[in-house]
Amino acid sequence: MTETFTRKTPELARRHAGEKRFQWLGKAAITIAIGFLLVMVGTISWMGVGAFKQTQIALDVYLDPQEIDTAAPNKADYGAMVKKAQRSKFSDVKKHNDKRKLYKLLSSQAAFTLQHQVADNPELIGQTAKIWFIASDDVDMFIKGNTNVDDSGNAGKLDKKQLQWIAALKSTGDIRTRFNSSFFLSGDSREPELAGILSAFTGTVLTLAVCFALSFPVGILAAIYLEEFTPKNRWSDLIEVNINNLAAVPSIVFGLLGLSVFLNTFGLPRSSPLVGGMVLGLMTLPTIIIASRAALRAVPPSIRQAALGIGATQIQTVFHHVAPLAMPGMLTGAIIGMARALGETAPLLMIGMVAFIVDVPGSVLQPATALPVQIFLWADSPERAFLEKTSAAIIVLIVFLIFMNLIAIILRHKYRQRF
Amino acid sequence: MTLQTFNPEISTEPVIEIKQPVITVKDVNVFYGDKQALKNISLDIPKNKVTSLIGPSGCGKTTFLKCINRMNDLIDICRVEGEILVGGQDIYDPAVDVVALRAHIGMVFQKPNPFPKSIFENVAYGMRIHNLTNSKSELGDRVESALRGAAIWEEVRDRLDQPGTSLSGGQQQRLCIARAIAVEPKIILMDEPASALDPIATAKIEELMDELRKNYAIVIVTHSMQQAARVSQFTAFFHMGELVEHGKTDKIFTSPGDERTQNYITGRIG
Amino acid sequence: MESTHIVQSFDRDLEKIKGLLLEMGGLVETQLADAITALVNRDSKLGKQVKKSDKPINLLEQEINEKAVRLLALRQPVAADLRIIVSIMKAAANLERIGDYAKNIAKRTSVVVKCPPVGSAANTLKRMNTMVINMINDVLDAFIADDIETADAVRLRDEEVDLVHNTLFRELLTYMMEDQRNISPSMHLLFIAKNIERCGDHAAQIAEQVHYMVAGSLPEDKRPKSDKTSTMTLEVDQN
Repeated sequence: MTETFTRKTPELARRHAGEKRFQWLGKAAITIAIGFLLVMVGTISWMGVGAFKQTQIALDVYLDPQEIDTAAPNKADYGAMVKKAQRSKFSDVKKHNDKRKLYKLLSSQAAFTLQHQVADNPELIGQTAKIWFIASDDVDMFIKGNTNVDDSGNAGKLDKKQLQWIAALKSTGDIRTRFNSSFFLSGDSREPELAGILSAFTGTVLTLAVCFALSFPVGILAAIYLEEFTPKNRWSDLIEVNINNLAAVPSIVFGLLGLSVFLNTFGLPRSSPLVGGMVLGLMTLPTIIIASRAALRAVPPSIRQAALGIGATQIQTVFHHVAPLAMPGMLTGAIIGMARALGETAPLLMIGMVAFIVDVPGSVLQPATALPVQIFLWADSPERAFLEKTSAAIIVLIVFLIFMNLIAIILRHKYRQRF
Repeated sequence: MTLQTFNPEISTEPVIEIKQPVITVKDVNVFYGDKQALKNISLDIPKNKVTSLIGPSGCGKTTFLKCINRMNDLIDICRVEGEILVGGQDIYDPAVDVVALRAHIGMVFQKPNPFPKSIFENVAYGMRIHNLTNSKSELGDRVESALRGAAIWEEVRDRLDQPGTSLSGGQQQRLCIARAIAVEPKIILMDEPASALDPIATAKIEELMDELRKNYAIVIVTHSMQQAARVSQFTAFFHMGELVEHGKTDKIFTSPGDERTQNYITGRIG
Repeated sequence: MESTHIVQSFDRDLEKIKGLLLEMGGLVETQLADAITALVNRDSKLGKQVKKSDKPINLLEQEINEKAVRLLALRQPVAADLRIIVSIMKAAANLERIGDYAKNIAKRTSVVVKCPPVGSAANTLKRMNTMVINMINDVLDAFIADDIETADAVRLRDEEVDLVHNTLFRELLTYMMEDQRNISPSMHLLFIAKNIERCGDHAAQIAEQVHYMVAGSLPEDKRPKSDKTSTMTLEVDQN
């Protein structure tokens, strides 16, 4: 009797082997997928993590009270003061050519840094103050080890003499790396060491806000009307097919549409988050409608019957019972659509959000750019230091995406109701 | 001596005399697209009685039930001909507001379907949308009396703020009955109300139906012959969209007049 | 029923009970016939045998009841199915009563054979008994065949038994008046006649049950009864 269940027949063994094989394949597939993901995230993190650090050089600057007018401290020639401080630090540098090389160790921002320091601390005037200046991108790259000394004694764009000065600075502890807050707090710049993502980030937030404000209510109302109110006939089928097709239209087509309709016909401001949001909104709309209709369809018909059965009108049934139950699904759909919009570059290129934007946009009508566009621009730049920035911006984008998905999960949990 | 002859082919008249019917159905035909679901149904539903509709699946009994509170309106391809008089008013008259009609005719469904809201809110919802109460305390009182009417008050009085879906299946179904009677209907339609319940919960629902019929006319669709026999005073047998036989339940279950009824209720192949 | 049940085991159970009822009917018929044969042939040995044959009949009735109750509990039959089972139970009870009467006849036979015969009463009793046995036979056939017409006819045949009973009653009264020694056997013969008459009533009741089983209602007309013995008197001082 027991043998019936313990005996292994070849047929049974073959079936079990098939199952094992499938499980093994599944595990292999997941391993490969996770491997690729780790490689991608790993490389980006490896390459981008340096951008969160900044190399700074300390100089003893004499703030000559004769040079600085206390009434209007901004008018003083701070650039000259910085250069003087550099010359006094390395007093052996005499040749004009060498002096230029010396000056290049510091970022062009140095004068502004000094100016801000003085403006913030007027009591420094007349004293010699030790002030940390942002190093140039070449020094930055060398310090972070991204460029190495080659056979001719040069490292990247730095020549032998510059390397000696850096070594001297190192030995006196006048060169350091610090957390790069300016990456998050400043806009784009031609100088890699000064470039930040704040303007692009703000542009993205504004664009997505417009996109959400436009596509969420329109999408949900359209979905509710199509799902709950329209009779099922040839017209509703046609609309459904078209919506499904729209969801698959390449995003650049939406960009072209935005260009011709919003910019050329309506004359809305070019490069603005308003137009970007509208274009992305149009693009997201089908996704939201499809997801919302699926969410509405998932609400059991018994709930509708229950409400209608005690004499609720169609509208009451939908808005009191069906829509609240479908809300988690609708929100998820909306956030998935928004996440897709977040990563879009092509339509934004078409409506001019590809511009070089230094200032942080203050409203949806001002020119702005978006994170993916910023990444695109930086990836295109020749400077070695921008490579790091590109990766860092990608990290920020991914963190933003994770954050949005987190919101989606939290909302789903909050609104989830059993039925 | 003359022998008393018996011929089962000559059935008793399917339409029986019912005094003061609440619902009068006259020559109703229902079509789903081209398919005819109900053929020439004429039937009276008596007051303060339970009428059960029995018949094989697809015989049209649920369709008939849904005609009475016009739930069939939700189906685009459904077309109803004939007259259904409720309180002397033809409910398929264009002037009839279906929302008011459904407040008058409550419905309880096969699967317990409480709203995913609190127990209190489940019962109060109908009264709110129909503006049946003026004050909050009155609402509370009427929720209580509806829950008492559905014989579930004692079980839920301490947890009115908990979701209705947290109750057991039988309690959920009684909550649905409370929700239906809260809007003070005259008629309650029940579509296989106990098919998803265990025997104890079923017995409670059946006991409740007997109690409810003192105030309401009840029409119940059921697949359980025993249930029809236990709860109803009148039984209508539907077959292939036709009303084959309508009569007192005890008559139908001891000596049905039509062979098709006989075969169906005894489980024979006709 | 011509149509078969979807649950075929129900039909099988029903057939089994019907078979038991027929078996019981056969036993009862034999018992009744033997009881009268013992009387006519003055065979006290056969009489004793008949007294004992009551037991298997009672056991059969018990078995039928148990099976029927089981069927009621497990299948919860309705309509025709319900009526068949109820009718079988009632018919079995009626047959059991007939069996009791046959036993009683056999008991009295043991007394009657010790007395001299009373006229042709025994033969009249035999004629009457044959009528009743035929009724039982026919009604059981009708039961199996769902034959409502035969059943109704059997039910009416009970009147003929009553008429013979009336005649015999009058005859035996006359014998008793003629000769006091006849009183003892005649009294027993009267009771035997009454027993057979009751058996006829039970057969008629089974016939009514068949009518109910098939038609779903009892016969509407009242059963004609001609048993006048309850009110019958004889003028003693006639001559």
